[in-house]
Amino acid sequence: MSTTYVVRDSMTMLRRNLRHLSRYPSLALMLLAVPIVFLLMFVYVFGGTLGAGLPVDGGGTRADYLTYLVPGIWIMTVASVANGTAVSVAIDRTGGMFARFRTMDIARVSVLTGHVLGAVTRTLLALSVMIVFALLLGFRSDAGFVGWLGAAGLVLLLAFSFTWLTVAMGLAAGSIETASNTPLVLMVLPFVSSGFVPTEQMPAGLRHFAEHQPFTPIIETLRALTAGTPVGHEGWIAVGWCTVIGVTGYLWARRQFARVPVR
Amino acid sequence: MTTAETSPPVPPAGPVHAAIEIVGLRKSFGDHQVLDGVDLAVPAGSVYALLGPNGAGKTTLVNILSTLLTADAGELRVAGHDVRREPARIRSTIGVTGQFSAIDLFLTGRENLRLMADLTHLDRATAARDVAGLLERFDLADAADRRALTWSGGMQRRLDLAMTLITRPRLIFLDEPTTGLDPRSRREVWQVVREQVADGVTVLLTTQYLEEADALADRVGVLDAGRLVAEGTPAELKARVPGDSTNLDDVFLALTGHAPLSATPDARPEATQEVTAR
Ligand SMILES: Nc1ncnc2c1ncn2[C@@H]1O[C@H](COP(=O)(O)OP(=O)(O)O)[C@@H](O)[C@H]1O
Ligand SMILES: [Mg+2]
Repeated sequence: MSTTYVVRDSMTMLRRNLRHLSRYPSLALMLLAVPIVFLLMFVYVFGGTLGAGLPVDGGGTRADYLTYLVPGIWIMTVASVANGTAVSVAIDRTGGMFARFRTMDIARVSVLTGHVLGAVTRTLLALSVMIVFALLLGFRSDAGFVGWLGAAGLVLLLAFSFTWLTVAMGLAAGSIETASNTPLVLMVLPFVSSGFVPTEQMPAGLRHFAEHQPFTPIIETLRALTAGTPVGHEGWIAVGWCTVIGVTGYLWARRQFARVPVR
Repeated sequence: MTTAETSPPVPPAGPVHAAIEIVGLRKSFGDHQVLDGVDLAVPAGSVYALLGPNGAGKTTLVNILSTLLTADAGELRVAGHDVRREPARIRSTIGVTGQFSAIDLFLTGRENLRLMADLTHLDRATAARDVAGLLERFDLADAADRRALTWSGGMQRRLDLAMTLITRPRLIFLDEPTTGLDPRSRREVWQVVREQVADGVTVLLTTQYLEEADALADRVGVLDAGRLVAEGTPAELKARVPGDSTNLDDVFLALTGHAPLSATPDARPEATQEVTAR
């Protein structure tokens, strides 16, 4: 299979994927609804109280909490879109499309490449919406161009890594239902991280977990980058986690893809 | 279309080049022997019908020949290529319409066909022409721009077949292509098979209906519990069935002296149907 066909078939698969998005914008909006609802709820319902508890001189305000919360919400947006990816992969698997593609003489990688590129595109679109939304609510940033560039790079890396992981979950799931449930762990973990409240305020055991699970360094890094403050060693840990999750997801997906269902 | 083989020249295996040659095919899932030594040859340009009840092993055989599953044992050549060693060559020659429709429900009918055309690397003009032609041919033109999700089962089935044909296969596998179709759609599918054969295409189809095998096939193989228990032209087989019953149980009784062994309801859960690919 020549490289031209790999590229051509991948583009065909990507087009198919994006067409699904344009055909079902409501599905994409549902995935966006999750981070939007959490952002509104945490800022306007809990934000006053949570802001007061932030380690700011004299206690913070609702506006301080918004600034604190937004990076975590962006990360959650990536996770929410990835959740949808698992479902669309499972639909192809159980619906026989993967089997059909496998009887055709096409570049085999293109099938998954289409899903991955489609998912990353969806993530970037969703993030653009969430950035505008945060700005509308009053989020302001002191970060310069380099900070935002770094933030974009981190988020893109995370998008690829979560996508490969959820592609694998979608392939491994026996049913569409399972495929939509397994990735929920990615939606729950941010709550037990520094995303919503600083870890210092958690009980010892929980705090230990929160500080050592992947979301905390990733969120801390994004927070520092978008606030224009120094990133420190958390940055390397964040990149490390993304790489580990992405490579694991990729290898797992490749293995699962070889086990295509035959109905 | 021409009637010549588009696959590269291969040394003829005999007087007639065989599109499918199977010797000693065996396949088991765990300790369940699903195909138990099947020998079969299908000459190029002919129609072969595999007749058998649910669970006989028809789908497994089609999956193996269409490179989705690996056999445990056997010499298998499809379109002159060894199934194990040259799966890509085989995939470029075959078209498969499986037992269950495999279409993209979120796309329109036209987009589904276009997807297959693009993956076959047809140029734009050819793709557009073939898509329009097949939509007409399968009576899907009116619904072409609606999502396949909204289509009836019969329409989805016809779309699946059209998606197989747009890749211009020289050898087509049809796994129970008319099960669940109304009589009119069934005749429509039969007509399509005949047109393909007139173009020199080879067809291997599976069915649970003797009348379907009779209507279409040059040769019929009767499969039961993973073995070919009878084989011949439709006329030969029918001559061995008393009266003119086409009931599968009667046919089995007449040909084998007993009812089908594998006549179990097809109740296995879909999600457990997994295989390891090459
Ligand atoms: N992946 C699988 N794992 C285990 N058993 C299977 C699998 N696929 C098919 N079988 C079993 O093999 C037998 C033949 O199945 P199949 O080829 O689908 O028959 P048919 O298509 O003639 O109905 C059945 O008993 C079925 O339950
Ligand atoms: Mg079957």
